[in-house]
Amino acid sequence: MKIGVPKEIHEGEKRVATTPEAADKIIKLGFEMCIESGAGLSANISDEAYREAGVTILPDAKSVWKEADIIMKVRAPERHPELAIDEVEFMHEGQHLISFIWPAQNENLMRQLAAKNVTVLAMDSVPRMSRAQKMDALSSMANIAGYRAIVEAAQHFGRFFTGQITAAGKVPPAKVLVIGAGVAGLAAIGAAKSMGAIVRAFDTRPEVKEQIESMDAEFLMLDFQEDGSGSGGYAKTMSKEFIEAEMALFARQAMEVDIIITTALIPGKPAPELITAGMVKSMKPGSVIVDLAAEQGGNCALTEKDQIVVKHDVTIIGYTNLPSRLANQSSQLYATNLRHLLTDLCPSRDGVLNVNMEDEVIRGATVIKEGAITWPPPPPKLTGSHKPLTEAPAVEVKTAKPKSLLSQVLPILLAGAAMFGIGAVAPHSFLEHFTVFVLACFIGYQVIWNVSASLHTPLMSVTNAISGIIVIGALLQVSTPDNLVITVLSGVAILIAAINIAGGFLVTRRMLEMFRK
Amino acid sequence: MSYIAASILFILSLSGLSNQETARRGNYYGMLGMAIAILATIAGGHVTAYAILAGALLIGGSIGAFAAARVEMTQMPELVALMHSLVGMAAVLVGYASFMDHGIVLTGVEETIHELEIYIGIFIGAVTFSGSVIAFGKLCGKITGKPVLLPARHWLNLLLLIATVILGQQFLVSNETGTPIFGNHLFDNSIFNGPVLALLLMTVIALVFGIHMVMAIGGADMPVVVSMLNSYSGWAAAATGFMLSNDLLIVTGALVGSSGAILSYIMCRAMNRHFLSVIAGGFGSVGGGEAAEVEGEVQPIEAEETAQLLRDSKNIVIIPGYGMAVAQAQHTVNEITKLLIGQGKKVRFAIHPVAGRMPGHMNVLLAEAKVPYDIVLEMDEINADFPDVDVSIVIGANDIVNPSALDDPNSPIAGMPVLECWKSGTTIVMKRSMASGYAGVGNPLFVQENTRMLFGDANDRLQALLKALQE
Repeated sequence: MKIGVPKEIHEGEKRVATTPEAADKIIKLGFEMCIESGAGLSANISDEAYREAGVTILPDAKSVWKEADIIMKVRAPERHPELAIDEVEFMHEGQHLISFIWPAQNENLMRQLAAKNVTVLAMDSVPRMSRAQKMDALSSMANIAGYRAIVEAAQHFGRFFTGQITAAGKVPPAKVLVIGAGVAGLAAIGAAKSMGAIVRAFDTRPEVKEQIESMDAEFLMLDFQEDGSGSGGYAKTMSKEFIEAEMALFARQAMEVDIIITTALIPGKPAPELITAGMVKSMKPGSVIVDLAAEQGGNCALTEKDQIVVKHDVTIIGYTNLPSRLANQSSQLYATNLRHLLTDLCPSRDGVLNVNMEDEVIRGATVIKEGAITWPPPPPKLTGSHKPLTEAPAVEVKTAKPKSLLSQVLPILLAGAAMFGIGAVAPHSFLEHFTVFVLACFIGYQVIWNVSASLHTPLMSVTNAISGIIVIGALLQVSTPDNLVITVLSGVAILIAAINIAGGFLVTRRMLEMFRK
Repeated sequence: MSYIAASILFILSLSGLSNQETARRGNYYGMLGMAIAILATIAGGHVTAYAILAGALLIGGSIGAFAAARVEMTQMPELVALMHSLVGMAAVLVGYASFMDHGIVLTGVEETIHELEIYIGIFIGAVTFSGSVIAFGKLCGKITGKPVLLPARHWLNLLLLIATVILGQQFLVSNETGTPIFGNHLFDNSIFNGPVLALLLMTVIALVFGIHMVMAIGGADMPVVVSMLNSYSGWAAAATGFMLSNDLLIVTGALVGSSGAILSYIMCRAMNRHFLSVIAGGFGSVGGGEAAEVEGEVQPIEAEETAQLLRDSKNIVIIPGYGMAVAQAQHTVNEITKLLIGQGKKVRFAIHPVAGRMPGHMNVLLAEAKVPYDIVLEMDEINADFPDVDVSIVIGANDIVNPSALDDPNSPIAGMPVLECWKSGTTIVMKRSMASGYAGVGNPLFVQENTRMLFGDANDRLQALLKALQE
């Protein structure tokens, strides 16, 4: 089958759905590829680069839509500005489309596509399972958005992010608050930390506390018992009381921090308003707010979509195309996500798409199948979390049970009784030797524990060598007169012990010579 | 007097092993102590057969020296096992010689104790001998690494032990009264009269016991087995000392015995298994079985990408396993280490106590490859550092980096302390294939997000990595 990649027509969209590296791997799956001329220019990828990867360059959009069996895009189909025609009209029956669709927000589009009897896979509907992580374009794009949010904030902020002590005075570090610790939030935390800022983060889901702290940021605790975790790893709408407590926290923070990055989204609903106008007023002049939820209405009351505005001396950035601003990077990651999806859709590597509705990931991503709307999919069997059950602590730290007095004293009593018993019946000579034996064991215990673990092998070889001391026994026996058997036995024993002595000491020496600093 | 000097020198020799600086000196103390003891014994009144003993010492000494010079470090466990068997055999021979020596006349309780000492000495010696031979075979690969579990093996062991005790009683009685054992007159008037027959039978039983015991233990538990046999060889020497009323032998035997016992304890603790359960046997497969069940997909990586990862990192930890030794890759590892350190990166090695086939095996292999010992750290020293590490490289190791040991209470390796390399930035696992390790369990480390698998022969891939780094 042939895959076609048209140029993105959405205003300001600089990404492209495939890169030469991804195209090369997709062609190896057995597909043919074609691309609209100039599609990659905004992402700094020339037609020539695609040609070298084996992609056919077609002169215009119409030919791409006409020739391809599968269309890969970034944005959902919309009205083409030049040709004054909707991209949906370009589709023919039986064609496939893979792009971001947002079925919940684009009912009209869905109906139009269904009417065209095509099959559509939405990259935003890929289920959030561990197996599907490599196809998760929402996460890969959110990662970029979070990073870029910090870069944009730094650009509009009047001070350093990092603190410094210079001869010209002390520069305090910037304080950054990140609301929502999803993929974008964590990326923002990471970027801000690496630039040296002090970072605090908030999320309604308690399980992200660990993730936030692992990035060396402070998790702001709300003194409120409500778990904000919804299904699929997303948050859910909270109760009124929770929201009030949340807003109070933000209000306090707004007075302190310099930068606020908000990323709070709820699937299928408008973004919650978390930063009121009053809070913006209370912020220090020169502060910056980056609202990553601008497309869904914005988390800040004063956000204006796709714009930067300055209200009450605070810069509010409402860009909705942050990934597009790092077009080359985003295109690379998105293209890889698509490539992984294609690999799943074409397991036989023969260039034929097999939309297998039995496969959970493909079923989730498919929103229209041959003209029938198949979105929303049945609920997933697995949740997005892939950590082991945390109810029972995995290996209980065996708290030392306080030993009862009896169990402590009993072994000593028994040993004492045994010693006494032996002492009562054994002859004097034996007791002498036994004394030596016991003392030697104690010395051995003390000495051996001090041996460095790295020298355990030489320890074994040297103990082998000194256990060759058994040669003494044989030496004493070998001279017994008139007994050939004994002489032979002890002679052999001497020989064997000599092997151990020489071998043991010499190999120990050889090993110890090797240990160099 | 010289015996005291020798004892002190032996103790100093062992205490010298507390660190690398004093270790070499300690070894020389040991040699000195041995020389003093031997010379003192020869110079003493008892010894006259100079020709025989000189010959035996020379021949034995040369064989030992030859072996020491030629053995490969990767074969150290085999050599150690072989040496244990020799100590066992020597104890048996000295035991028999002592029994046959009618020059010492004891009476009453003393005589009984003396005979008991002989009996026990030969028993321990024989078990050590046969057990070590089997251990040697398993380490060489000549005998299967799979535990050989006879049905009702615990009963068999018990039976052998009971037989030994009965024979012992017969031996003592027969020795005292001159009657043949079990009232059997078959071997009268031959060298195989009562007590000798009892001894021979007991020796056979002890040999079988040793074989059976070690055959039942899996290849993975070899570190414990080798330490245990080390310990037994010590007790055999101590028993010989009791037998001959020689304090030097007793002291030395006790030192060696406790050394082996402590090593066995350390090994068992490192595997979080009870010593008795290891000895009872049955754990561990031969490895290289079908891929174990793990949910998720692995992400392969190539040498070039690995080189890139390493170039971008500052804090690197290498975790070697026995697989590295098998592939003889330690020298390439050293080359790579030197290169990375030269580029200003921090490189350390993390050694798990049971990595390799013998305690301290990995350290010796790395020392042979001239890796400086101050960057080779034990698990306890480095485990807390992994969150700060950028890249962990696991070479030919599996169970010692398995997170299941920590978070799956049903895993066969549950509770075993492991190296927590998944907490580092990225983990590169070098393996030949997806086959399971000795414990036969799946390893969730392989399918973690931040893990990449570098498949292929370890030395081969490391050579490729070295080349990529040099570019």
